[in-house]
Amino acid sequence: MANVVNMEGVYYKLKDYYILENVNLTIKKNDFMALIGPNGGGKTTLLRLILGLLTPDKGNIEVLGMAPGKSKNIGYLPQKSSYQSNFPISVLEVVLMGRYKQLLKGYNKEDMKSALDSLKKVEMLHLKNQQIEKLSGGQLQRVFIARALSRKPELLLLDEPTASIDPHFQGKFYEILSKIRKKMAVVMVSHDIGVVSSYVDSIACLNQKIYCHGPVEESVEGLEKAYKCPIDLIAHGFPHRVLREHE
Amino acid sequence: MLEFLQYQFMQNAFIAALLVSIACGVVGTYVVIKKIVFISGGISHAAFGGIGLGYLLGINPVLSAIPFSVVSAVLMGSLGKKIELSEDAAIGILWSVGMALGIIFINLSPGYAPDLFSYLFGSILTVPYQDLLIMLVLDLIILGTVGLFHREFTAISFDEEFAEVMGVPSQLIYIILLALVALSVVVLIKAVGIILIIALLTIPAAISRQFTHHIPRLMMASVILGVILTSMGLWLSFLFNLASGATIVMVLGAAFFISAILKKIWYT
Repeated sequence: MANVVNMEGVYYKLKDYYILENVNLTIKKNDFMALIGPNGGGKTTLLRLILGLLTPDKGNIEVLGMAPGKSKNIGYLPQKSSYQSNFPISVLEVVLMGRYKQLLKGYNKEDMKSALDSLKKVEMLHLKNQQIEKLSGGQLQRVFIARALSRKPELLLLDEPTASIDPHFQGKFYEILSKIRKKMAVVMVSHDIGVVSSYVDSIACLNQKIYCHGPVEESVEGLEKAYKCPIDLIAHGFPHRVLREHE
Repeated sequence: MLEFLQYQFMQNAFIAALLVSIACGVVGTYVVIKKIVFISGGISHAAFGGIGLGYLLGINPVLSAIPFSVVSAVLMGSLGKKIELSEDAAIGILWSVGMALGIIFINLSPGYAPDLFSYLFGSILTVPYQDLLIMLVLDLIILGTVGLFHREFTAISFDEEFAEVMGVPSQLIYIILLALVALSVVVLIKAVGIILIIALLTIPAAISRQFTHHIPRLMMASVILGVILTSMGLWLSFLFNLASGATIVMVLGAAFFISAILKKIWYT
């Protein structure tokens, strides 16, 4: 089991329109990859295929040496969670769901510890007994990040993790990721090419096809192809550096 | 005021009210928080087919309603996903087909159906001892199943997709939940009748939902509210000589409005 994810010649069709075409992608242990591309380019679809929530029309996907959906050692942060915002549940109970094991198995001390640790990491421990309907969008996103982290997975899939979080926490979030990435492979869907490229080690550009996949500096050219318009965000010559300054 | 409790049928009615409240408090909590009120309405109406089947076969209609409503619950939960059909269309179809089957079964039964109205509109004052036993057994099954699967029920109610990713067999769990709705429908048939069942499955939990955010407390509060409100309805129907099922539902409805107003006053 060399690779965490292996995708070979994957096609996914919605009605008559191909969302994904001939996608080949490998994710290795300890990879930290950003998946970027325009809206509607198939980024979320790709994650959902890896998770086994969708089945490809053609091609082969292997996740942690198994068929997608079989391995449960995956942490997941959905883009728009299908959750019910006024559901009667506390922050801690939500995070504990990330520790779900199997039917008839309750949560033990270790699960509780992992859930509390993750809440601490995202600075939400003080609100652990809060009802989720009383949280702001940014706080809720942090709870969902904690839920994904609490599993201590081998593969962490984050769909636009920084979408609704406040700027203060954004820096902290990347700090958390740079710590945990030694223990797992991380794939992160993002629009924020500028910020992302100074943290990740590889970028995959996806717009129906994978346009490039490789170390940050080499992938930059593929961005223009994927977006089908010039990207002036990126400057060459600065390794791991991007023109736009970020705080 | 309490002399009416001396009658055997009144004692039975109160035991029935208690058994009914357990089912509607526990399962009703999921019906409300998972927002499956419409499908539960569908299951309760489809159960009429089972009642008709009982008349046709000459067995206790409450017994024949058990397999019938469980099967229709399973169909409603899975049909929408098997064929290209929205779930609410599947519910609408099974809802009416179930009722129509019941009418045809009764047409085909020899003689005429004596206490048919008690199944449609409820007759908590005439619940026979055998039906109380059936209700007790179903309540125990419901409580046991919720005890075993409460984590999964909560997980799929909150976020079905994430639950699936975590390894919850969400389709199976959803169907088990619908089967529990079917069993509670059977528990409730005698009390308020098929047409009014949905009131008991939703109102106590909807009232409690306004005041607590904790699922076990929500269930407990709904059971207690159910006992108080159905007993009150029962007593009022006795006092004013009104139909018991309808009076219970009116009391539930009134309680909901009062609670909604109280909540407004409380939180402003």
